[in-house]
Amino acid sequence: MATKILTEHINVPGIETFDVYRKQGGYTAVEKAIKTMTPEAIVEEVKKAGVRGRGGAGFPMGMKWSFLAKPEGVPRYLVCNADESEPGTFKDHYLMKNIPHLLIEGMIISSFALGANKSFIYVRGELMYVIHILEKAIAEATAKGFLGKNILGSGYDLELVVQPGGGAYICGEETALLESLEGKRGNPRNKPPFPAVKGLYQSPTVVNNVESIATTAWIINNGGDAYAGVGIGRSTGTKLISASGHINKPGVYEIELGVPVEDFIYADEWCGGIRPGHKFKALVAGGSSVPILPANLALTLANGEKRLMSYESLSDGGFATGTMLGSGGFIVFDETSCIVRNTWNFSRFYHHESCGQCSPCREGTGWMEKVLHRIEHGHGHQQDIDLLVDVAKKIEGNTICPLGDAAAWPVASAIRHFRDEFQWHIDNPAEATQPGAVYRGDMALV
Amino acid sequence: MAEQEIKPQLLKVTIDGIEVEVEPGTTILQAARKIGPAVAPPAMCYYQPLKGSGGKCRACLVRVAAGSAKDPRPMPKLVASCLTAVQDGMIVENETSPQVIDARNGVVEFLLLNHPLDCPVCDQAGECDLQNFAFDHGKATTRYEEDRRTFEKRDIGPFIQLHMTRCILCYRCVYTADQITNKRVHGVMNRGDASEISTYIEKAIDNDFSGNVIDVCPVGALTDKTYRFKNRVWFTKPVDAHRDCPTCSGNVTLWYRGDEVIRVTARKNEWSEVTEFICNTCRFETKKTSDWTIEGPTKISRSSVIAANKYRADTIKPSFGERMAAADYKPIDDKRDTSQLTIQQLPPERFAKVLPAALDPEP
Repeated sequence: MATKILTEHINVPGIETFDVYRKQGGYTAVEKAIKTMTPEAIVEEVKKAGVRGRGGAGFPMGMKWSFLAKPEGVPRYLVCNADESEPGTFKDHYLMKNIPHLLIEGMIISSFALGANKSFIYVRGELMYVIHILEKAIAEATAKGFLGKNILGSGYDLELVVQPGGGAYICGEETALLESLEGKRGNPRNKPPFPAVKGLYQSPTVVNNVESIATTAWIINNGGDAYAGVGIGRSTGTKLISASGHINKPGVYEIELGVPVEDFIYADEWCGGIRPGHKFKALVAGGSSVPILPANLALTLANGEKRLMSYESLSDGGFATGTMLGSGGFIVFDETSCIVRNTWNFSRFYHHESCGQCSPCREGTGWMEKVLHRIEHGHGHQQDIDLLVDVAKKIEGNTICPLGDAAAWPVASAIRHFRDEFQWHIDNPAEATQPGAVYRGDMALV
Repeated sequence: MAEQEIKPQLLKVTIDGIEVEVEPGTTILQAARKIGPAVAPPAMCYYQPLKGSGGKCRACLVRVAAGSAKDPRPMPKLVASCLTAVQDGMIVENETSPQVIDARNGVVEFLLLNHPLDCPVCDQAGECDLQNFAFDHGKATTRYEEDRRTFEKRDIGPFIQLHMTRCILCYRCVYTADQITNKRVHGVMNRGDASEISTYIEKAIDNDFSGNVIDVCPVGALTDKTYRFKNRVWFTKPVDAHRDCPTCSGNVTLWYRGDEVIRVTARKNEWSEVTEFICNTCRFETKKTSDWTIEGPTKISRSSVIAANKYRADTIKPSFGERMAAADYKPIDDKRDTSQLTIQQLPPERFAKVLPAALDPEP
């Protein structure tokens, strides 16, 4: 049985209440951390564990914590990024809804380690019912003395605030999130200065994903070395994968990093294979922003080895033959899906969600969407494919925040791997615009 | 010796192969401006007098080939030069990097996607940052064939009209209202390419210094209603003048057409940045020569048609026409066999009618 770090007790009835969670060994990590450990020791333990940011970028959490500036007389803040809105990703939602106390326990430990006396959980506005669950859990934990003034008699105070966002995808970008939290328009800030130096209210701030923060409870209980023992290489621990698309068993799965992609799709323990009678065509491995891969490249590396579910293996080969683990939004496409239509759909999302602050993203996302719409609806021109590649190239890397990259990568990768399909749409508009029409030409199906 | 210790240590930075020494904390853009206009990156949103401006238009992107003397690694992405502070030993590529030029060509194209290109009727034409930027980095044709976003013209206050269609969302007017006036009633609404500058529920901008938003606007989105459509910049003559103003410094530029003052603006430096912000009374309501003490003709050093020879073909960069011709040039395919071709004989009367008449000196 594979190690479960986050979801071990998730199916226990009533786990969302304090008493049941406590009975399952909950809040022991808080006791251990606050009573027996120094903040430095906790940071050290998290560094040893090698947890990488689960929000998508994969930046080591311990390192992010150690960058936090600690000037005298200035408050420090911890902000939990629960603005999960990447298409294809729904793991934080699942975690917060089912086991809210795990996040709260992680928040207490992390805030203590960073010396924050006021911490925020920024939840996307659409998840109002989750906000109520979290607020109820916070009230329970406060009543039991795990939150509020003088936690467990240690003299450490922590106020935990749940802040609903307005439902903008851009507010999942950490500096836009901080602007939104301050009550301003959610425009990403120019970096540097990074939040670790000047974040919320110009004070040093750490912004972490829900899943990253939730791991700290297990790390404190079992030690950083035990966590680093799970997983493969520098991809330590487990990862929640939100599997969706044309698979038999969509859902959220916790896997040890290093499971082969093939096993994850076909094993009964996880996705249970492609839906009956269909073949595997393409994979988006880490949420809509990451490059799409055709089936053969999704399952094997360029050198013929099996591709694994890990940060390194998924990005093996760069963007030519690889992709990214991202936030773990695992979308599987079978041969009935039209890649052009899908790319247009993703592009439409980024067009709608661009904040409009910097010009390449504001204008470029809309342009790409319009060109893709044209191709999908049978009005494409021969030069449109090259135009899309060029526009994507001019957005990528030239914007303030990574939304520009996230908008450019799906388009550039879809054209890189499925150019024939785009060409077919342009060459055969009458056929391609029939309802349910899909390119059936030469391609690698598995 | 003592003197040397008091001086802050200067940082050496090389931009396009030219070395310059600047004080710590200087941005790459400011260092480049110190060298001169030939090296300075274009800036559509950065405005030195306004705190917090910059980083949005991405026109000033440069490549940092070496981060500093201590850490000579190049920076992975192009950086916004208006916000990136220089390090000692930094090597920056601006006009010399094809990657930078490519990115800038992209930015022009993006900025012009939803721009109406109504320069022939726009008051800003001739002193427009976007026009100059497009002249340097733009293409003669567009690859965009969809509808452009459009907005209705709106009056915001008695003196200012907003043409949102022309706006490039540089946020300069927002920062101006924040930092110069005592209350901001306009801002950016909506998001993405639907963003627009707007006032709160049709509120008028009513402030003594609101007129400055017209001067900071890099395009013709905010226009002076007392000057709209009255003239073209290149027909007017700028003159420095001042008056005793109770609200502002009173140092302005008057724009004459003949004997008439048709426009009053703040004075601008060579980077088109306002040096002293002026009040609305000076700008909109004091248009008689007798109100002012004339100092003399304004020396226009900024990049504009009103500066001499801005658009002359033999200036440093190849002319617009030359680049257009180069882009469209196709070598003639001359490999075909011409030996079998015969010239079709035209009926001789067709020549006969024209030629004798043309050659005959007498009608």
